[in-house]
Amino acid sequence: MTGLASPAVRKGAPAAGTTPGVPQGPPAPRRTALLPTAALVLGALYCLLPVAWVLVAATKPASDLFSTFTFLPGDGLGDNVSDLTAYREGIYWRWMGNSVLYAGLGAVLSTVVSAFAGYALAVYRFRGREAFFNIMLTGVLMPPVILAIPQYLLMAEADLTDTYASVLLPLVLSPYGVYLGRIYAEAAIPMELVEAGRVDGAGEWRIFLRIAVPMMSPGLVTIFLFQFVAIWNNFLLPFIMLGDDEKFPMTVGLFTLLKQGASQPSLYNLVITGALLAIVPLIALFLVIQRFWSLDLLSGAVKS
Amino acid sequence: MPHITRRSLAAATAVLLGATALTACGSSDSGDEGGAASGPVSLTYWAWAPGMDKVAALWNAEHPDIQVTVQKQASGDDLVTKIITATKAHKGPDLVQAEYQALPTLVSNDALADIAPEVQGAKDKFAPGIWQQTTFGGEAVYALPQDSGPLMFFYREDLFKQYGLTVPTTWDEFAETARALKKKAPKKALTTFSANDAGLFAGLSQQAGAKWWTFEGDTWKVGIEDAATKKVTDFWGGLVAEGAVDNQPMYTPAWNKALNTGEQLAWVSAVWAPGTLTTAAPDTKGKWAMAPLPQWNKGETATGSWGGSSTAVTTDSKHKAAAAKFATWLNTDPKALEALVKESGIYPAATAAQTSGALAQAPAFFPNQADFYTRAAEIAKTTAPAAWGPNVNVAYTSFKDEFGKAAKAKSGFDAALAKVQTTTVADLSKQGFEVAK
Repeated sequence: MTGLASPAVRKGAPAAGTTPGVPQGPPAPRRTALLPTAALVLGALYCLLPVAWVLVAATKPASDLFSTFTFLPGDGLGDNVSDLTAYREGIYWRWMGNSVLYAGLGAVLSTVVSAFAGYALAVYRFRGREAFFNIMLTGVLMPPVILAIPQYLLMAEADLTDTYASVLLPLVLSPYGVYLGRIYAEAAIPMELVEAGRVDGAGEWRIFLRIAVPMMSPGLVTIFLFQFVAIWNNFLLPFIMLGDDEKFPMTVGLFTLLKQGASQPSLYNLVITGALLAIVPLIALFLVIQRFWSLDLLSGAVKS
Repeated sequence: MPHITRRSLAAATAVLLGATALTACGSSDSGDEGGAASGPVSLTYWAWAPGMDKVAALWNAEHPDIQVTVQKQASGDDLVTKIITATKAHKGPDLVQAEYQALPTLVSNDALADIAPEVQGAKDKFAPGIWQQTTFGGEAVYALPQDSGPLMFFYREDLFKQYGLTVPTTWDEFAETARALKKKAPKKALTTFSANDAGLFAGLSQQAGAKWWTFEGDTWKVGIEDAATKKVTDFWGGLVAEGAVDNQPMYTPAWNKALNTGEQLAWVSAVWAPGTLTTAAPDTKGKWAMAPLPQWNKGETATGSWGGSSTAVTTDSKHKAAAAKFATWLNTDPKALEALVKESGIYPAATAAQTSGALAQAPAFFPNQADFYTRAAEIAKTTAPAAWGPNVNVAYTSFKDEFGKAAKAKSGFDAALAKVQTTTVADLSKQGFEVAK
């Protein structure tokens, strides 16, 4: 899977094998570490069972949802999808589009900001750098949930509530992204290279764009993915910010199908189908971006 | 949310009665109103009932000068928080759909406008027990009732016949019926006492005459542990303890199954039960029947309510009069009510609409009971008044925790009820309200 990473691994492996002085006895029998394996299998089940449930439940018609065996697939997936599409003239797909916009644009913007900030914090020495970085770090510890209402009140001051910007703006600066950007830039960009660039007469912009960004790109992809998933799953911020259901992302939109007052049954089968369809773009994104992602810290220009 | 300053309902009510604070706010409103006359007014309406946008479209077609945009929201306590936050920031909608029990919270947070002058004459269209919930018994009107959920007794007609059971008219008979069924079919249960929805329990207590929150002078009194509620808890706690009724929560897959397979023969629920049964127990269509709720004393006719909501105008609205006009149309106009019944599936609070229009026929799930809505309307008239306070959500959460534990342990509900009372009182005083001990 990691066509680019494997050479680096191969380069390291023979060196370890040929270390002189290490007694080369008969190969030890491969022992499966039972406890860790069992723990990992349990962990995998814990993560995958709910997904499997959603997958199966989405195929059941409403009447079978709670009456047939839990993991017995039904034959209603097509109907569920078309019911969901028909629901309020296809507003679900509008929510899906909104989610793509919030998550896509939001993740791109915050990746750009993280790249700038991370690079600057890693490469330049300036007064207050550590203080600034430490303040950012406390931002990592701050759960976004408690910020939602203060952010709402701020947006209200700026007259921006109930707009696309009200959801996008608070997401642009991601403390975690800046943190990742800095440690990644520190690890991936040798100062020698930056200085070599300066000696050759390249401007700071050029060094950043032509030398630093390509070297940081695996890290930036990581930041992008983290942010994309975080925004895709974000609930409270858009819930508080938006009043107009045409601007809702999927998370908030599906919630309105569940809670329609005491006298109305929840549209469970539509919500479950909607949730299943909602993870499809995420899976697709991971499959596409994976190859850029797993490069990790192995790639670099200077070997130390 | 510490940033939200809590004002006691007392202050709000007194101020409104004195007609000072809000009319002061209103002066800026009337200025806007004057400006609004020149062009069409556009109103936003946060509602969760399905199809509300279609009902509003009827209004919009007839009233080009007042255009209403429905923005569909998810119901529940989260929405109450959202409304309060939005009105604090002066970004609130003009109209909101609000459950009756949420009204005191909204009013004490200064989120709802008094629309008494705008809705004169609406009072007679609703049952007194319902109207009282939007006025708290005073002169101010904080909302117009939209739908109501009078409690009734739903039972499996076929299985009652099979086991030779008669429909109970009193709670004593109800207990006897539950025991008789247990004797004949130990695997089945008449019904369940569910601890996951305080709404039903609140309704049952209302029927017994409970007043959970009352307000006198400038102090609140919490009466969750009053004699009427104790009667209800002792009754259900006893049935659960002796195993005459089940103790599993409602609205779970297991509960759906129990209803669908006839493991449970009856459900104490509200007028909207047919809708729930349609999805919960699809195989039982035409096998259910509805009867009045059993009474505490023979010959009485009283019921409580479970669910139901109202339409309110926010203090933040710049077009209070226009919004109140729409709210009045929505909840009293025959055409609007018929659309609400058809599109939103609600049971209208307006008395005249309860037997007309779309409600002239029985619900599709109850084809065997042609006079379903005629009988329902009779029952709805007997709805006992409810007394809500500013922290219903706290009491409900505490109910869920405490009664959930007690129902599981089958240990009787006295201790649980006492805990709900103390938790509610403690929270109320913590919020800064005067509470009578």
